Amino acid sequence: MTDHTTRRNFLKMGAAGASVLPFLRAMPAAAQGADTLVVVNGQTVNSLDLHRTGTNRASYQVSVNCYDRLVSFGTKDVPSGGLSYDYETIVPELAESWSTSDDGLTITFKIKPNATFWDGSKVTAEDVKWSFDRAVSVGGFPTVQMKAGGLERPDQFAALDAETFTVILDRPSKLALPDLAVPVPFIINSAVAKANATTDDPWAMEYLHTTPAGSGAYKVLRWTPGEQLVYERNDDWAGGPTPAIKRVVVREVPSPATRRALIERGDVQVSFDIPDKDAAELADKLTVYSTPVENCINCVCLNTNFEPFQDANVRKALAYAMPYEAIFEASAYKRGAPLWGGDAEITDTAWPRKTQYSTDLDMAREHMAKSGFPDGFDVPLSISTDLAWMEPAALLIQESLAKIGVKTQIDKIPGANWRTAALVEKRLDLHLDNFGGWLNTPDYYFFWAYQHGHLFNSSNYLNPEVEELVNATLHMPMDDPEYAPKIKRMFEIVLEDLPRIPLYQPALNVAVNGAEGYEFWFHRQLDVRPLAAG
Amino acid sequence: MSSGSIASLMFALWPRAKTLSSPAYPRLRAIALRVAQSIPVVIGVVLISFLLTRALPGDPAAYFAGAAADEASIAEVRTALGLDKPLIQQFFIYVGDLLEGDLGRSLSSGQAVAQDLAKRLPASLELTLTALILSCAIAIPLGILAATRPGSWVDHLCRVVVTAGVSLPTFFTGIVLIYVFYYLLGIAPAPLGRLDFIYLDPDHVTGFYLIDAALMGDWETWSGAAKQLVMPAITLALFTLAPIARMTRASMLTALSSDFIRTARAAGLSNGKVLYGYAFRNALLPVVTTLGMVFSFALGANVLVEKVFAWPGIGSYAVEALVVSDYAAVQGFVLAMALLFVVLNLVIDLLYTAIDPRIGFSSK
Repeated sequence: MTDHTTRRNFLKMGAAGASVLPFLRAMPAAAQGADTLVVVNGQTVNSLDLHRTGTNRASYQVSVNCYDRLVSFGTKDVPSGGLSYDYETIVPELAESWSTSDDGLTITFKIKPNATFWDGSKVTAEDVKWSFDRAVSVGGFPTVQMKAGGLERPDQFAALDAETFTVILDRPSKLALPDLAVPVPFIINSAVAKANATTDDPWAMEYLHTTPAGSGAYKVLRWTPGEQLVYERNDDWAGGPTPAIKRVVVREVPSPATRRALIERGDVQVSFDIPDKDAAELADKLTVYSTPVENCINCVCLNTNFEPFQDANVRKALAYAMPYEAIFEASAYKRGAPLWGGDAEITDTAWPRKTQYSTDLDMAREHMAKSGFPDGFDVPLSISTDLAWMEPAALLIQESLAKIGVKTQIDKIPGANWRTAALVEKRLDLHLDNFGGWLNTPDYYFFWAYQHGHLFNSSNYLNPEVEELVNATLHMPMDDPEYAPKIKRMFEIVLEDLPRIPLYQPALNVAVNGAEGYEFWFHRQLDVRPLAAG
Repeated sequence: MSSGSIASLMFALWPRAKTLSSPAYPRLRAIALRVAQSIPVVIGVVLISFLLTRALPGDPAAYFAGAAADEASIAEVRTALGLDKPLIQQFFIYVGDLLEGDLGRSLSSGQAVAQDLAKRLPASLELTLTALILSCAIAIPLGILAATRPGSWVDHLCRVVVTAGVSLPTFFTGIVLIYVFYYLLGIAPAPLGRLDFIYLDPDHVTGFYLIDAALMGDWETWSGAAKQLVMPAITLALFTLAPIARMTRASMLTALSSDFIRTARAAGLSNGKVLYGYAFRNALLPVVTTLGMVFSFALGANVLVEKVFAWPGIGSYAVEALVVSDYAAVQGFVLAMALLFVVLNLVIDLLYTAIDPRIGFSSK
């Protein structure tokens, strides 16, 4: 369903449903309420298939809302208000039940017998197998994400019978099951996909790019790239409770000022991912959910290839010189969670955690004097122009570092270049970063951000003990007696070594006016399934 | 744009340029000649846009490999995009596709570039043309009045309006209009792009919603589209008032002080005849030239208006493509613009000959 949809077949599609909403003309504004929700979003959806090369983040919502996975995460209350997904609880989606063998290597799923795709055909283990094979074979992001859960090759997946599916792991891993609940391993109607595959395109990338074929709670009624995406409820959804809203319209509105006017006027019910400033100002007038993003830290990275940063005293001096409070106010408008001024002693495995550092220029000067660079040095401070929080933070850091003799020039790097310079070439000496891990365990964060050579380790940090600890804990169950001590040791090392200086934990802000049931997800996209008019 | 490949254009025009040499069609022949002359320009644009996009420092493979890509998956993406091949080979592949009418596929929008352009160019043109018509309707009479009564209140009003128009950035005017007419007063419709979500797009004929809806006789959608168009068009019109009004005023002043007007007045012709029959017609040439220029920069200035009003136009498309080094989209955009300006220049030249018969087209 793309913009190829003509008026005629669009109306036909609508007429096929049991109760037809008058989409055109006769829908007065007042009648939108219960059956239709309008969501505005600043980003563009560029594909309806997450597995495709070049599919952007905003498009992941299609995987969430239109496709099912075998399992999903439960729901919990957030202390600051609202709901969030619950990493600790895995709940069924298309799988009715599952069991793990005693050696932890085989996970067997029973698929819900009543689960059907939109075309009425039954969801079988063969569909699951085909979809998982696709995710590990197409390359790029889906394959990398599958690998994080130990899912690397098609021969690990088997359909025993129509309703029984097994995953065989190379080693037991606590990440395997949660990794099946992320947006990547979604289940595709393989019969439809195969019918539209060609020899050049065995995974039907071209077809599914514009035409989803799933079993999810919503179907894509209409997609106009750059303008809107319209979801319509699938009344036969077996993956969970039937959603309350019949139709959800997601409109793209690039200007934050315009989005703000729309939500304040109440012409739209949800404004997703609003700037921190708007969240702070709208909080009195509307319902605003600002959920700290789990396992995500906005931090300053010190590249160990840069000579002064090889000096432990310099790194500590910088950590004491950071104007944490001012950054949290200017960059985040106090949305999110502070990560400074904690205890040096580490007693739990919570991550992100408050560091033992806070703004103390005397301490910073003391460390500078002890270092090999008592007179300071010059270093460029690189930021991305795409991320709004970076510029105010960089200006404050520049001002503060000048006081301890570190002169910085702010170097703004645009979009595509940022990833190349910061993450791929890892050539930025002093820069800001905001990595967040989907799977909410500290070892997973460390795997990406502190292990040598990994993408988000833009500091080129290499510590043999951390390498070893991450390798040991990555797949270890969290209730293993060895787990907590090892994690604490990891925290201790990196907070002493400081290749990354944590600043604060950012928040995802969502303003709601006339809707309820919003739930935060780690993928930072809107799950429209639990929404209701309110 | 979708089927308008360069190849078909070239092959369609070359033979015509030769066969139309008979003096019976001087204008047609001249047009064909002009189009033929533009071919080297288009070839140059193809080459330069290709080289310039490659010269951008970003790495699209790294960008589009996604948030958690490693070296291997970036390499896979690079191969999938054909970016691992030598530059020369990439160029020939690009030109080969172009000759088949294939502009490639945009990574950032996920659509064929030709399809994107076919959808977005009319959106921008509809907005720009409406704004220009509005702007001319205000600026030209204002300029004439200011010229016929220099130093009067009309002249001052003209000066104030154009100064204000040109000094207010479009995104600012846009946000102020939204704030006042939508947020405070609630008169204007929600700034949600070309059509509110309760309407369906009219069938695609020209891509201009007003024209397409009118062709279908769907006046409800027509008025929906017109309402959405009002605020962005006013925003853009305010911005383009200045050069048109100033140029009208200046060229009217020149014309009115020239000998032939004095003669006309001496011959006792009516004021209206002198003003509109002789002075204005002569003053129109520089105005038309300015209009062409204004049109081109208005199309560029669109970007900000498009962002504020969520208008799915070509400006924001190009800027987003450029930011993420989306080669095919940037090249497609540059090429479309080049072709558009070839046509625009031709239209302006034709207008010249229509306005002033002394200008011989064939002599150019």
